[in-house]
Formats: sequence, structure tokens, C-alpha cells
Amino acid sequence: MLIKKAADIKASEVTPKELFLKRRQFIAAAGVTAAAVASNGFGLLGDDENVAAQNPAAQKFPNLKKSPFSTDEKLNSYRDVTTYNNFYEFGTDKADPGKYAGTLKPRPWTVVVEGQCAKPGSYNIEDIMKWAPIEERIYRLRCVEAWSMVIPWNGYPMSEFLKRFEPTSKAKYVQFKTLVDTKQMPGQTEPALQWPYVEGLRMDEAMHPLTLVGLGLYGEVMPNQNGAPIRLVVPWKYGFKSIKSIVRVSFVENEPLNTWKQQQSSEYGFYANVNPQVDHPRWSQGSERRLGEFFRRKTLPFNGYGDQVASLYAGMDLRKYY
Amino acid sequence: MFKPIVWVLCLAPLVYLIYSLYQDLGVNPIETFTNTTGIWTLRLIMITLAITPLRWLTGINQLVNYRRLIGLFAFFYASIHFITYVVTTFFVGGFSNFDASGLAADLTTRPYIVAGFTAFVLMIPLAITSTAGWIRRLGGKKWNWLHRLIYITAMAAVLHYYWKVSIKLVPVNPRNYAILVAILLAFRIWRHFAKRAASEV
Ligand code: HEM
Repeated sequence: MLIKKAADIKASEVTPKELFLKRRQFIAAAGVTAAAVASNGFGLLGDDENVAAQNPAAQKFPNLKKSPFSTDEKLNSYRDVTTYNNFYEFGTDKADPGKYAGTLKPRPWTVVVEGQCAKPGSYNIEDIMKWAPIEERIYRLRCVEAWSMVIPWNGYPMSEFLKRFEPTSKAKYVQFKTLVDTKQMPGQTEPALQWPYVEGLRMDEAMHPLTLVGLGLYGEVMPNQNGAPIRLVVPWKYGFKSIKSIVRVSFVENEPLNTWKQQQSSEYGFYANVNPQVDHPRWSQGSERRLGEFFRRKTLPFNGYGDQVASLYAGMDLRKYY
Repeated sequence: MFKPIVWVLCLAPLVYLIYSLYQDLGVNPIETFTNTTGIWTLRLIMITLAITPLRWLTGINQLVNYRRLIGLFAFFYASIHFITYVVTTFFVGGFSNFDASGLAADLTTRPYIVAGFTAFVLMIPLAITSTAGWIRRLGGKKWNWLHRLIYITAMAAVLHYYWKVSIKLVPVNPRNYAILVAILLAFRIWRHFAKRAASEV
């Protein structure tokens, strides 16, 4: 392993060094691979790659509350998190959002709340950000495409958000919608998906303490390409459930039809819980590539959050409700 | 005569790929490597298939001298592509843990992998029989027949790409390759009937 002092690196130097280190390690790893001597997956991430936020212009969160729900696994770099995104509103290539999301204007921003609740209305993002203390939650993110990352999210529990609107007993599900605006989201001129992007959760899933209102990552407000200014983060479900750039929240009685299910219901369901037992029709979900690692690793049921969430699905056939 | 040039041109994409990963691995270098070797396999198959029509169009018969070499390079890229996929997908956690049943399941049940694997496997007899000795042993007629397997490889390869990228996402690139294969194969069908009509007169 290469060991390097992190302390004396200037922010401006970090990226090239990081690349250099990564490259060296990758080549070393590939060499060892060729020799076929390794017995464990070797991490390709540099030890000091978890350097903090790299957008000096972005607003920072001053006092982040730590959370017992955070994992202590190695973080993916800020670059990994902000340049490898599925956000078709900016194009279908994973590099597109990082390149083109500059057109999104996350301020001013209002979220409309409607449906089965006592306090519907329009709410301003600046107010929403003050409704609860901002926490750091380091979660695994498992994409349905069988890759994963570890991301230090910032936000607060979704339950704190939803409770304010006093949902009625008729509110069985909560539905979220992404902004539609072809000027801000040029990818929406293509019929890659049906716009707006729609997602939903069962009320008990939405109120679960792991479910987060995502307002930032790496200690700064949410980068545009990651779903600024407000998104959902549900760590035990495939990434597509965690809808980005939310403008509308609706409390509803019936299960919402989420975008990917509408797109291809044989491949994507409403629940989308991470499940190594239920394969995607086109690929296995039994293993995943943690970005930065050479070998794949086993995928865990509910993305490793089974202890906290498995009870939500007691008695349900998860092959049927995938 | 131009063989060294063909060698350089065919190796250039691999050299460039390795060089650019050396410059910057990017976020998912394994995906980059697999996809790039895959697309170059496909391109080289297309070039191999284009030689006969080009010869007919231009009258440059020497083009055929390079067909075998380019075809072998297509097989070379396909092999790298396949090996990368096996090593980086089915050794879970390290070299001590090979998921053979996972590989077997992938190769036999997943449509896009089945298509890719079909395309690859059908190239193996073509690569083996590409030597002068085999051409002699089989005789030109049989050899030509055998090497028509490349038509199936081309169709399976496009299907593989198409299914990989998903059918619903308006996959422009796979569609262009599908059109190209259709044109290249249509040329052969047309020529077949044109020849027959000519011989009947
Ligand atoms: C003639 C043979 C083949 C051709 C022409 C071919 C072509 C391609 C192409 C063009 C891609 C890129 C798709 C993209 O850019 O998104 C690709 C991806 C892929 N191919 Fe192949 N392929 C062939 C054989 C195979 C075989 C035999 C396998 C495995 C059994 C395979 C497994 C894969 C996988 C897993 C990917 C996705 C890589 C990733 O996203 O990480 N291919 N192939």
C-alpha cells in the first residue's frame, strides 16, 4: 500500500495526485492480477482520496450532526460521486450530468405539497433547509446496474419533513416528482423517459429513520448533478428510487406508478429493494462493482440495511414485489 | 504490402485505450475497458464484412489480402473483451472465489450475454481455420462456406449491443450498427441472386 501524508496537500493539487495515485495502484493491481497471487479484493482507492468537498463556491453546512446510521466503509471520492451519475434529465451518459447540469437553477426553488394532508401548500427551499438539524449520513448506494458507491450525504430524516404537513389516515403512499423544464434540463427534449420523473414510497418506508431528505453531500449543498436542491435518499433500495430535484410531494391513497416501472415493468418494480436473490432479467444482482475496486463484491440483502428494514416487508413475496 | 500499416491501425485503439486509462482511470475503468474493447470488436467485424462490397465497388481486388488479418484482430479484441468480463465479474472478492455457476448462468440465460457469447464462439472456428494450411485442407469452397459464420456473428454481436443498451432507451448507436449489418448482408443476398440470374441467361 502506498502511504502518503494527507496534511500538506493543497486543495489545488488534490485531483492530479489522486489520479496519479489511483493509476499507480490500478497498474499495480493489474500486475498482481496477472500474477494471480492475490486472494482478497484489493482496494484501488488511495488512502487519502476521501478529500472533502471540492467545489469551493458551494455553500457549506457548518455543523453537521453525526449519525449512528453511518457506515465506516471507505468513501468514494467527491469526483466519483459527482461525475458518474444517472440523471437522464441531463443526458443518458453517466458523464452527462456532471458536464451539463450547470443549466439547473436550484435557487429560488419551491416544493408543492398536496393531497391527503392537513397542510398542503408551497414551501421555499430556504425554509425547508431549516426544518431540522442537518446530519451527515454515510450510506452505501447500490445502483440497479450492479455498481455501488459509499456517499456522505447531508440532510435530515424524511419523517421530519413529512410530519409537518400532517398527512391524514388516507395517505398510504407518498409520491414525488422531479422538475420538468427543458431549458434547465435539456435532456428532457429527448424521449429517453417520460417526464416528469415520478417516484413513490409506502408511508412506512418514507417515515423510516433511514429515509433521508437529501440536501447536500460532502458537507456542501447538493451539487446540481446529484439532484439539487432537494432529493430523496433511500439506502436499501436501488438508486433509481432516490428521486432528484423534487418539486412536488403528494400524499396519495394508491400506489404511484414510478417512472422505471412505467418504462419496463418486467425489469423494474415499485419496491426495488436491493435483493441479491432476485436478478434483473438482463443481469445478475448477486454481486456488484464497488467503484474503485477491481473485483466485484457480494450484494447484501437490502443493501446491508436488512436489520433495520426487513421487518417492513414481513410476509411479502419479494420475488413478486421486486 | 500494407500489412504493417494494418497491424498498426488495428492495434492503435488498444494502445490508445491503455494510454488514456494510464492518463486518467476515470470513475469506472473496468466498464470503460469492457465497452471500448467491445465496440472495437464490432467495428472490426464491420470492416471485415465491408471488404467484399468495397472490392466490388472499387475494383481493388487486393483488399481481400487484408480481410483475414482484420478478422483475426476482431477475434483478438473479442477475446480481451470476454476475458475482462469473466475476470472482473465472476471472481467475487478475490481470485480464491470464482463463481462458476454464476458464469454458467450468465452465458446460458441472459439474452444479451447469450448473444455476445454466440458471436464470440462462432469466431473461434474461423480463427483456427484462418491459416494457409487449413485453407488447403478444407479447400476453398468448404472454407468459404464455413467462414459465412461471420454473418451470424455480426447479427448476434449487434443484438448483444442492442440488448445491453436496453431496448427502450432509443439506442441510436446499436441501431446504426444494425442498419450497417443489414446493408452489408443485403449486399450478399443481392449478389447471390444477381449471379444466379446471370448464370441462368
Ligand atoms: C463478437 C463478440 C462481441 C462483440 C462485438 C461485443 C460488443 C460489445 C459492445 C459494443 C459493447 C459496448 C456496449 C456499450 O458501450 O454500452 C459490449 C459490452 C459488453 N459485452 Fe460484449 N461483445 C462481444 C462479445 C461478448 C461476450 C462473449 C461477452 C461475455 C460473455 C460480452 C459481454 C459484455 C458485457 C458484460 C458488456 C458490458 C460491459 C459493461 O458495461 O461493463 N461481450 N459488447
